[in-house]
Amino acid sequence: MDEEVVRERDARAYEAVHDAADFKELKRRYKNFVVPWTIAFMAWYLAYVACNNWARGFMDHRLGGSHINVALIFGLLQFVSTFVIAALYGRFANRKLDPLAHGLNAKYKRERRR
Amino acid sequence: MNALLVPLALPLAAEPGNRTLTISLFTAVVAVTLYITWWASRQNKTAADYYAGGRSFSGAQNGLAVAGDYMSAASFLGISGQIALYGYDGFLYSIGFLVAWLVALLLVAELLRNSGRFTMADQLAFRMKQKPVRTAAATSTIVVSIFYLLAQMVGAGSLVGLLLGVKSEGLKAAVIVLVGALMIVYVTIGGMKGTTWVQIVKAVLLMTGTVVITFLVLLKFHFNISDLLGSAAGKSGKGEDFLQPGLLYGKDLTGQIDFLSLGLALVLGTAGLPHILIRFYTVPDSRAARRSVQWAIGLIGVFYLMTLALGFGAAALLNTAKGSAVETSKGNVASPLLAEAVGGGAGSTGGAILLALIAAVAFATILAVVAGLTLTSASSFAHDLYANVMSKEKPTEKQELRVARFAAIGIGAVAIGLAIPAQKLNIAFLVALAFAVAASANLPALLFNLFWKRFNTSGAVWSIYGGLISAVVLVVFSPVVSGNGEKSMITGADFHWFPLSNPGIVSIPLGFLFGVLGTYLGRDRSSENRYSELSVRALTGAGAEGAAKH
Repeated sequence: MDEEVVRERDARAYEAVHDAADFKELKRRYKNFVVPWTIAFMAWYLAYVACNNWARGFMDHRLGGSHINVALIFGLLQFVSTFVIAALYGRFANRKLDPLAHGLNAKYKRERRR
Repeated sequence: MNALLVPLALPLAAEPGNRTLTISLFTAVVAVTLYITWWASRQNKTAADYYAGGRSFSGAQNGLAVAGDYMSAASFLGISGQIALYGYDGFLYSIGFLVAWLVALLLVAELLRNSGRFTMADQLAFRMKQKPVRTAAATSTIVVSIFYLLAQMVGAGSLVGLLLGVKSEGLKAAVIVLVGALMIVYVTIGGMKGTTWVQIVKAVLLMTGTVVITFLVLLKFHFNISDLLGSAAGKSGKGEDFLQPGLLYGKDLTGQIDFLSLGLALVLGTAGLPHILIRFYTVPDSRAARRSVQWAIGLIGVFYLMTLALGFGAAALLNTAKGSAVETSKGNVASPLLAEAVGGGAGSTGGAILLALIAAVAFATILAVVAGLTLTSASSFAHDLYANVMSKEKPTEKQELRVARFAAIGIGAVAIGLAIPAQKLNIAFLVALAFAVAASANLPALLFNLFWKRFNTSGAVWSIYGGLISAVVLVVFSPVVSGNGEKSMITGADFHWFPLSNPGIVSIPLGFLFGVLGTYLGRDRSSENRYSELSVRALTGAGAEGAAKH
């Protein structure tokens, strides 16, 4: 088939998927997850960086009689939050994004064959 | 990481028996990786095989390879060494390095996998004018990769000299040539498939070695973290200050802003590092790309947690006072010496075995990282510059791959040529600079392209060159290059006017700003035509490149 014809056919198929209600829903779900979580983990990380600079008294506070202090716990919590957000996103994407994406992918293939 | 450069070699493994053991293990690493390369070369047939390993790696395999590509010798030896010397502040790098993966996971990995083919530029060129965008993206890819590569190669010379207990400059140069030759062989013969397997093997070795040493360290303190921290603080001579922020960063306001700037570059740089980005093309679909980032986050996170035990363990168990081996090596030998100490101490068989093992792991680490970087630059040269900019007619796949292989040889030769004279310079700042350039030049263009319909060719070109040039210029006129006495790269002159060592806090906003300015000044709106196509493709995977079928 001519290259130009193929391109036009693909473009029409993409356009059809783009206009589908499911695609708008997929986009909405993705943004509604990603935007707030990105803001949250960036703010949480920058708060940690800032506390290392400007809240030393707070960071130096020792827990009980141990050598473990707030600074260490705050740092370890960055690890915990990273693990948790990565797991949450994976769960969300598997359940809420992938089914829609698969459906739309199939629609794209159907449209191309028309 | 400012820890990779070592002023003098120390007779670490000077006893002949140990050195034989260390050299045998080094040889074993070389033999295994060469075998992998030979095996992979027999399966390389198409461009997708060479550039993207046939897109047939599983999420877990690619996750290991990503971790293997990301955890350089600077992370392995540098971070634990910095903790051994500066306590808590040594730990701060690793947090930025880890949190950064959320940017990659949420905003970049899957969308890039769905909308690109082989290089970072593919994704931008999707809806832009090919030539200017590919030239810009390839320039920044090659600059970032060479900075990073150079830091690794110079480090390799010192490190291997250190681990083998050799002081001669000639031998360090020989090590650089050997490392360079090996990486050229991996990349030209093994392509992405060979490189990926080298990285997987390295990641397994590194994790295993680190788990063993961590376990032995914790065993010494009966798994009581507070005791470990307490004796590290006591032994360091700095008391509780050792466990608190402030020994390394943020001593005055300039230092505090500098630290913030570093933190920003670390967290935003990872998702713009070309050698990390192209790893997402090696899996069959976006789901596997997601799995690989999750695996990478798990592995890298656990690894950095273990470096805490290694670093504080070294502070507690080794001599880290001024003039000690750990101090004069800027912390680089902390992990190997710690391995020796927990294995039974100097002179014991257990100590000798663990020391040689960790040295071999460090060597494997260097090889895997430099191979990934060389492949990235060679791919970008052949696929972006040669095939889509320089050639008048589209070359065949065979021609393009031949150019990629020659490019790997050329880039390897350049890296060797630059690394040998750079041995005496303090160029460890190049890794931090690579992150700053990645965050300032690549990330803005990638994010705008995916999420901003109006973004166009001139916006992409402006943000890439703007971010790249601002980061590099600010570093050239910063205290890391001149004006900070012995700590600067150039010691005899002072031409610095930018007060910070890390340019990120200025250059990252500039990269985004240039993207906006270029877009509006460029006026061209043709890139909007294919935006709906790009967003459909990125989010659903419709029409994305599939796995190779053999």
